[in-house]
Amino acid sequence: MCMFKAFLIKYAEIGLKGNNRYLFENALCERIKDVLKSLGEYLVYKEQGRIIVECPDEYDYDETVEALKRVFGISSFCPIVTVDYIEWENLTKAVGDYVDAVYPEKNFTFKVFAKRADKRYPLSSPEICSRMGAYLLNRFPTLKVDVHEPDVALNVEVRSKAYIYSIEIPGPGGMPVGSNGKAMLLLSGGIDSPVAGYMIAKRGVTVDAVYFHAPPYTSERAKQKVVDLAKKISRYAGRMKLFVVNFTDIQLYIYDKCPHEELTIIMRRYMMRIAEYLAKQENCLGLITGESLGQVASQTMQSLAATNEVCTMPVYRPLIAFDKKDIVEVAETIDTYETSIQPYEDCCTIFVAKHPVTKPNLKQIRYSERKLQEKIDELVDEAIKTVEVIEIE
Amino acid sequence: MEVYLDNSATTRVTESVRDVMVKVLYDDYGNPSSMHRKGVAAEKYMRDAAQIVADSLKVEPKEIIFTSGGTEANNLALIGAAMAYQRRGRHIITSGIEHPSVHQPLLFLKENGYKIDFIPVDGTGKLIKDMLYDAINEETQIVSVMYVNNEIGSVQDIEEIAREIKAIKKDIIFHVDAVQAFGKYRIYPKRMGIDLLSVSGHKIHGPKGSGILYVNDNVKLKPIIFGGGHQRGLRSGTENVPAIAGLGQAVKEIYEDFDKKVNKMYDLKQKFIKEISRLEGVRINGLPAECGPDYEMEYIKKTAPHIISVSFEGVRSEVLLHALEDRGIYVSAGSACSSHHPQPSTTLTAIGLPKHLLDSTIRVSISEMTTEDEMEYTVEQIKDLLPVLRRYTRR
Repeated sequence: MCMFKAFLIKYAEIGLKGNNRYLFENALCERIKDVLKSLGEYLVYKEQGRIIVECPDEYDYDETVEALKRVFGISSFCPIVTVDYIEWENLTKAVGDYVDAVYPEKNFTFKVFAKRADKRYPLSSPEICSRMGAYLLNRFPTLKVDVHEPDVALNVEVRSKAYIYSIEIPGPGGMPVGSNGKAMLLLSGGIDSPVAGYMIAKRGVTVDAVYFHAPPYTSERAKQKVVDLAKKISRYAGRMKLFVVNFTDIQLYIYDKCPHEELTIIMRRYMMRIAEYLAKQENCLGLITGESLGQVASQTMQSLAATNEVCTMPVYRPLIAFDKKDIVEVAETIDTYETSIQPYEDCCTIFVAKHPVTKPNLKQIRYSERKLQEKIDELVDEAIKTVEVIEIE
Repeated sequence: MEVYLDNSATTRVTESVRDVMVKVLYDDYGNPSSMHRKGVAAEKYMRDAAQIVADSLKVEPKEIIFTSGGTEANNLALIGAAMAYQRRGRHIITSGIEHPSVHQPLLFLKENGYKIDFIPVDGTGKLIKDMLYDAINEETQIVSVMYVNNEIGSVQDIEEIAREIKAIKKDIIFHVDAVQAFGKYRIYPKRMGIDLLSVSGHKIHGPKGSGILYVNDNVKLKPIIFGGGHQRGLRSGTENVPAIAGLGQAVKEIYEDFDKKVNKMYDLKQKFIKEISRLEGVRINGLPAECGPDYEMEYIKKTAPHIISVSFEGVRSEVLLHALEDRGIYVSAGSACSSHHPQPSTTLTAIGLPKHLLDSTIRVSISEMTTEDEMEYTVEQIKDLLPVLRRYTRR
C-alpha cells in the first residue's frame, strides 16, 4: 500500500484574484473531483489557502498523479504522509521513517520547514525545525543540513494531524476550467485545432466544439476521429458538447457558384458564421481556431481578415505565432498528435484548389458571395437545424 | 434497401452456423483436451468439422489443421515449410499480387536469408507462367500462388502450374492461398498437386477467427505457435471449438447446390458488368484480353464468380464508396489510398492500371445470397451518382 495518503494542491494565479478568489478555488475543487471521480472515493477540500485531496485506502498513486497533472490551475502538488498522533516522539519517528522510505540514498542536504497551525502545540515552528533537524542528523549521520540551498525541503505541518511532504510535482499551471466563461472551438481533424482548444481551456475557459462534416466526401471514420480528439481535449477541459454540422450542401453550392480558387475562403466564412451562431446559442463569449499565421493559404493575414470579417465575436487564435513544430510538440504532450495524423480527409481539403487565393480581396470575396444569395440562407438554416450534438465526457 | 456487396471482405454467417456456434458456446463448452464427457462432446465437433472439410477437399481429416484464419494458415504454410525444408535450399517463388498474409511472411523469410522471387502478372492479373517456370532452380523449395486474387478476381491455372513446376523439380512444395477460391471452385488438392492450401472461414459464411490449412500427409511443417502440442503439435492452443464447428457447418452448406449457386453469381456478375460498362469512363479490371464488348459468359467464367473490379474515371473511390453507403450499398475501395498516405494497391499497380484510376477503383463482391434486385438497385444508384460526383472534384 502506498505511504502517501493525501495530496497537497498548490495554485499560483488563483491566489491573485482578490474577492473572486473563492470562485476560482471552488472551480478548481470541482475540476479535481471531476478527474478523480472515476478513480475512487477521494475527499477534496479547501484548507487555509490550499486544497487537500485525501485518497481512499486503496488507490493507484501513478494514476492519481497523472490525473492531477491534467487539472488546469494546479501549479504543483505534493504527495503527503499524514500522521494521526502528533506527540513529539511519534512525530519524529514518522518523519524519520518518511526520509528513510523516500530517500534510499542518504547523501543529500536538507532543511526542515515547519508550520504550526495549532498554536497550542507545545513547540514553536523554529523549535520544531531545529529539533527535527537534530533528530534526523542523529538517525542518519550521512545527511547534512543546508539552510540556504537544500537538496530536500522537508515540510512538517502540525494541525489536528501532521502532514509530512518533500516531493513537489509540477502541475500544468493555468486556471481552473469553469472560472472564465465559455468559447466555441472550430475543431477539424488536424493537428492544430485540438492544441488551440487545449490552450484556451488552460486559461480557465469551458470549451464546446463544432465540426464540419461533409459526407460522402468525408467518412464516418473522419468524424469518429474528431470525436476521439474531443475526448482527448476533454481530459483536460472537462465535459464538452461537440456540434457536428453537415456542411456538404453548402460546400457544393459554393463550388457551383463561386470561383474555385476562392472556395476555401468562402467556405471558411460560412464556417465562422455557423460557429458564431451556435456559439451565441450556447452562451459562448468567443470562438477558438487553430489558425497560425501564414501556415496555409487560408491563414495569411489577408485570408484571416477575410474570414474574421463575418463575425463580431472575438476569435481566439492561440497558435497564431506558433511554428508547426511547436504545435506538434504540444499535440504530443496532450496526446492528440497520433489521432490527428490518421489519414482521413476533412472537409477543408476535399475540393481544395490547386492554386487557392492567398491574398483574397475583400471586395472580390463579397462580390462572389453575392452569387450565393438565392439559396445560401436556406442551406445555412438547414445545416443549423440538423446539427448533431454529441456529449463528450 | 440494404445491399451488402463486400463479401470478399467478409460474409454474414448463416442461421445454422450461428445456431451451432451458440450451442457450442453455451451448452457444449468443454475443452476438447479434457478427458471427461464434456471434453469428448467438444472433440466430436472438431472431428465432424475436420471430416466435412476433408470430404469437401477429398483428403484425409488428419491432413486438416484448424487455424485462426487465412492469415495464420498462410503464415504456418510458408514459414513452417521454409523451416522444415531448409536443407533443400532457401529459394521461394511467388506471384507479385499475393495477399499481404503471403507477401509479409515471405519478406520476413527474406530478411532471414531466403531468396524470394516475385513473378509479375499480365494486364489481366494472370501470372506470366513461363517466368515462373524459368525462375525454378536447384534451390527452389516452395512455390506459392494464390488461386483467386482478392482485388480483381483473376484466377490462376493452379493445376497446370502444379504439374509444370513439379515436372521441373519434383520435390517443390506447392502452396495455394485459396481464401477467395474455396466455396467458389471445387478444389481437390491431391488431384491438382497442391501440397498446402489455405482457407478462411469468414469468407464462406463461417465465423471470423476460423480457418484451415490443408497439409498433405507427406509434407512436414515446423510449427510457428508452440505450447501444449494440440493438433499434432502443429498448432498449439486450445482449439476454438465454436468457430471450428461454425466453419464445418459453413463448408457443408457452401457446396450444397454448388453449380446452381456459382452460375447464379456468374449471371449477376455478367449482367452487372454489361450494365456498368455502358456508362462513360468506366473500366472493368481483370477480364481476359479476348473479352469483347458483349462480355460473353465464356470469358467472364475465366474470372472468379464473385469479384468485380471497376474503375470510374474522375471519381474518387472513397467518395463513391461513402455515397453508395448513404444509399445502403456497401462496397470496398479498390485500393486503400488517401491523400495523406498514398498506398496504392499492389494488384492494381501490378496489372498496370493507369495511375489516375488507382484511386478511382471499387470492388463489388457478391455472394450466393445476392439477388438480382440488389444488383439492379446498385447499378441504378451508380448511374445516378456518377454525374454528381464527377461534377464536384478537385480542380
